[in-house]
Amino acid sequence: MKAKKSYGSIVGIGELQPSRLTYGRTTLEMIAEVSKLAVLDAGLEPGHIDGLLVGPQVGETPQHVPATVCEYLGIKPKMANVVDLGGASAAGMVWRAAAAINAGMCEVVLCVLANIREEIPARSPNRNPIREFDVPFGASGANTSYALLMQAHMAKFGSTAEDFATIAMWARRNAQLNPSAIFYDKPAELEDILNSPMIASPLHLLEIVMPVAGGEAVIVVSAEFAKKLGKPTVHLLGAGEKITHRSVSQSPSLTSGPLKNAIANAFEQSKTQAKEMSLLSLYDCYTVLVAITIEDAGLCAPGEFGKWIRDKDLGHTGDMSLNTHGGQLGFGQPDLAGGMTHIVEAVRQLRGEADNRQIKDAMTALVTGNGATMSEATALVLGAEL
Amino acid sequence: MTVDLSSLSTPGPTITQTTAPFWEAAQNGKLVFQYCKDCGESVLYPRKICPFCWSHNLIWKSASGKGELKSFSVVHKPGHPAWIPAAPFVVGLVQLFEGPTILSFIITEPRYSCSVGQKLELAPTNISGRVLPAFKPV
Repeated sequence: MKAKKSYGSIVGIGELQPSRLTYGRTTLEMIAEVSKLAVLDAGLEPGHIDGLLVGPQVGETPQHVPATVCEYLGIKPKMANVVDLGGASAAGMVWRAAAAINAGMCEVVLCVLANIREEIPARSPNRNPIREFDVPFGASGANTSYALLMQAHMAKFGSTAEDFATIAMWARRNAQLNPSAIFYDKPAELEDILNSPMIASPLHLLEIVMPVAGGEAVIVVSAEFAKKLGKPTVHLLGAGEKITHRSVSQSPSLTSGPLKNAIANAFEQSKTQAKEMSLLSLYDCYTVLVAITIEDAGLCAPGEFGKWIRDKDLGHTGDMSLNTHGGQLGFGQPDLAGGMTHIVEAVRQLRGEADNRQIKDAMTALVTGNGATMSEATALVLGAEL
Repeated sequence: MTVDLSSLSTPGPTITQTTAPFWEAAQNGKLVFQYCKDCGESVLYPRKICPFCWSHNLIWKSASGKGELKSFSVVHKPGHPAWIPAAPFVVGLVQLFEGPTILSFIITEPRYSCSVGQKLELAPTNISGRVLPAFKPV
């Protein structure tokens, strides 16, 4: 690998085992637990944290989130904020943490996302255009929106149900090597995915993430600070972001998304390209989003993900490793923290700590985040020791 | 979908001062959109300023009611519980002849025989006691 510039370093990771439901737990507790794991992993003390990035917390702390988290954790950062980019929040946090450090705002940033999940989930009442113009016609929630994207891809390019199901199949296969995954020990092959109930055509149940409770955290510092720690470090080599719309009816395209721009920027900044990545850690709320991301990353021509994926081994020893932790399709989606599973896994792989699913000589990873209806996009290129 | 859509109790639009003319027209079986007199773009949903050039110079125009199906989904498990009695039903993205895209309810007879690119026309439909600008195949 050519000498590359580090825009910041990830020196600590934390992950909670996902669960289907929580009883009597609070989001704050989960944030505390996963933050502690990340700080311990980095070999730091809580007092070192002088930057904090958190996510919105529907139903528990709608406002003053950073202050509430600071108070609970007993930390007093010099920089704190909410990153509200849906599934792109986690990747957005890493880039913002690096930017804040480079601007001299702080030195050690805790990026943390966690959520409880109860039988009756908290709802957040909207009064905005998507509520006014989509919901009255029967389109509530993300399933319908992604079904519309998938149908459009099939109509434009002739992609098939099998092409999309192959993505879910690999997520399940990879999840069989991750004991923390919600679908560990629950394999599903192509027929199982295609035979699962139709939720919103053409989307089958097993092409949709399972919502779970969980939490993920990372600690970002400068490359100089990381050197002093003397621990295995993962570097941010490049990043990109793009936000285009909220509702699927307002999307500039149904078959390509803002990740195209975000990924291009991340590759340009890191002076890398798609085919040299050791790991593709691609946000996978639905099979269709992975399909479009593969095309938007330039791994194949638009419309040809099905051909690209066919006969490829996407496991950790394969031609191209995709979401070795099982992706969210295999791991479960702990709400906004789901996007951070892709970062935490990339860090494990680049540190060589992925145990039975370690990619040999893992040097670089493309991590993507996607929010709303293919609306909010952040891409990171992460690299092992420079 | 055998249920009488007018008998549902699904959530209706959260109408604002700016969007009221759109919903008033809908109630009268019409579809209107905004047109920017400065940049010539058509705008939907209604806004206070044009999202293409930020002009305030927006006027209302009547849509022809003709459009094309950009994509659709047969919804078997609705995201909102009030829609469960109507499932499965079809929602689609309709690109109006005039340009803008609207997400709408698609009336399909025979059932669910939709295809992307299909020509559609406005089919004002009473859903939960309000007339909404739904569409049906031409």
